[in-house]
Amino acid sequence: MSSAQPVAAAEPTESFEPEAISTASYSQRKLIWRRFKKHKAGVIGGYVVVALYAIVLLGEILAPHGVSHRYYKVVHCPPQRIHFFSDEGFHLRPFVYGIKGRLDRQTGTKKYTEDASLKYPLYLFPRGDDYSFYGLFTWDRHLFGTGKGNPMFLLGTDRFGRDMLSRIIIGGRISLTIGLFAVFISLTLGSVLGVTSGYYGGTIDNLIQRIIELIFAFPSIPILMALSAVLPADWPSHLVFTGIVTVLSLIGWGGLAREIRGKTLSLREADFVLAARVCGAGDARIIFRHLLPSMFSHIIVIATLAIPIFILGESTLSFLGLGIKPPMTSWGLLLSDAMNIHSLSLYPWLLIPGVCIIIAVLAFNFLGDGLRDAADPYSSR
Amino acid sequence: MANYILRRLLHMIPTLILISMVSFVVIQAPPGDMLTSRLAELAEQGELGSESAVAQIEALRERYGLNDPIYVQYFRWIGKIAFEGDFGQSFTYEMDVIQLLGERLGLTLALTLSTLVFTWLVAIPIGIYSATRPYSLGDYGFTLLGFVGLATPNFLLALVIMFFQITVFETESVGGLLSPDYIGAPWSLAKFQDLLAHIWVPIVVIGTSGTASVIRIMRGNLLDVLGQQHIQTGRAKGLTETKVIVKYGVRIAINPLVSRLGLALPNLLSGAVVTGIVLGLPTAGPIFLTALTSQDMYLAGAFLLLSATFLLLGNLMADILLAWLDPRIRYE
Repeated sequence: MSSAQPVAAAEPTESFEPEAISTASYSQRKLIWRRFKKHKAGVIGGYVVVALYAIVLLGEILAPHGVSHRYYKVVHCPPQRIHFFSDEGFHLRPFVYGIKGRLDRQTGTKKYTEDASLKYPLYLFPRGDDYSFYGLFTWDRHLFGTGKGNPMFLLGTDRFGRDMLSRIIIGGRISLTIGLFAVFISLTLGSVLGVTSGYYGGTIDNLIQRIIELIFAFPSIPILMALSAVLPADWPSHLVFTGIVTVLSLIGWGGLAREIRGKTLSLREADFVLAARVCGAGDARIIFRHLLPSMFSHIIVIATLAIPIFILGESTLSFLGLGIKPPMTSWGLLLSDAMNIHSLSLYPWLLIPGVCIIIAVLAFNFLGDGLRDAADPYSSR
Repeated sequence: MANYILRRLLHMIPTLILISMVSFVVIQAPPGDMLTSRLAELAEQGELGSESAVAQIEALRERYGLNDPIYVQYFRWIGKIAFEGDFGQSFTYEMDVIQLLGERLGLTLALTLSTLVFTWLVAIPIGIYSATRPYSLGDYGFTLLGFVGLATPNFLLALVIMFFQITVFETESVGGLLSPDYIGAPWSLAKFQDLLAHIWVPIVVIGTSGTASVIRIMRGNLLDVLGQQHIQTGRAKGLTETKVIVKYGVRIAINPLVSRLGLALPNLLSGAVVTGIVLGLPTAGPIFLTALTSQDMYLAGAFLLLSATFLLLGNLMADILLAWLDPRIRYE
């Protein structure tokens, strides 16, 4: 029980043995891992989560275009298709056709059609827009594309002619990391205050519970909106990012603290805590060496299920214009382009970032459910 | 019981005071005040340098007491609310906050409560269906639908419904609560029908995630209850299956839902605010957003304060309802 490694880091058990013999020699962590692997939806959710983070972390390399490169001639271009067949037959190397734009006089918008006379073959690692990879190095090669300046807008373009696929990948980095940062801060706050509250009880407990009650007294989105409005309008976007994380954590820690407090209350009277106390362990030792490690699997579960809530919170704030600011972008901010009826009917591909939000939240929820069932098979939902 | 309610009401007073303080501080916190935006406006018109403009702003600042320390401003604000029911003036709309907010807040609450009813009407039968046929195809279908419903943010669902209204159904008036023709028209059957044709969108948008969670809870609870012995007794007595499920099962399984009412209301209210903004409803959501961006502090503060008060009352009502429904609960 002393190790405090994440559940997911436990080694997988390679072979299946009869239950009665094998379980006796398994540690708690291995048991949890075994149970988790049986939860199909949870495992799939886990794979999706890992894949999403891999995609957004490699962001600039995977994105076919520079995130702020504006193709003025192809504004609001619909998604293009990748072709394997042309009138010349099958091509082993996939390609996209050129784009022909024509102004529709009636609606005043541009209509785009495929220009079959132009073919742009897809290459692996072609040269494209320059980018800086986390400030580590500058490169101009992208995983796939049709070469610098050539069209290939698989998810269409936005109102400035920027490639949606690239923006979704880069925006996903903000959407997904904001959840991680927020959960980290609120979990730290929630663990400290929740354990203190449950372990000491009395006045401290009362005070902390009162503060949490006060947070819950407000409807969450309006109070988040009000707190985000506090961030100065002239802040640069990386400060706004920090600000939004702070705002989300400030509201989010209460729920986590409550759950951890409940867990502490039930463990406080457990035999191993009593044993530690009889051995002369101080409060700090009991909390950090005994209580927190034994709650670790639960804390992981709580954290996993809290991340999607933060992701939804950030996307709502950014959508309403109170969250992430350009030049940064996030899925919620991308969706705000689709807010009016005009864009919605003419450029439905602007809704694609919403699909990403749903996939990410679903994956986290499935993963969290799987972990919870594994960590605590007897808990009721 | 009356004693209990009275005690709870008294208990609410310190909470309300704290809520009002938090509301005021949050609204006051942005740098600058509501006159900063007015100043920027004047600057755009090139009148910034003129002494009359500066004097005008200073006079306004003095009149609204914006130069006083924050606690003086707070006590003036809360004093007027508590003793005169005066929530102050909205700066952007140049009218009384209560006049501006009153009807819209009422509509927001009406929308929230009708969504609650909708949620239960849809979710409880589905929950019963899923619990009585666990692991069936229908159960899996509803479970999946519920997961997706929980994962879809309100604003996205609103956008998607609007998209389908425009492209597939070619609805003439999308968003809002009434077609333009009926706004301001006297009430008639046609106007009512028009209202119904519009209002289902916000109700579905706000209610979906709530419906998903109610289905989940109802299914879990009922599955637990159906495994208990009094159900077996009922069946042994020869009661019909419907009677066993409805009178012996659902009657008990529904209690935890009532106790979660207090948790459901804040989510519904949040949803109503966002949905109101996206769909352009005449609710409190859109003007709350405007108030925040233009630092219209009395308006934004009044909304926060009133919605938190509503939630407190809702919580109390849920507890009373639970005590009334569940004879096992006793209050001293």
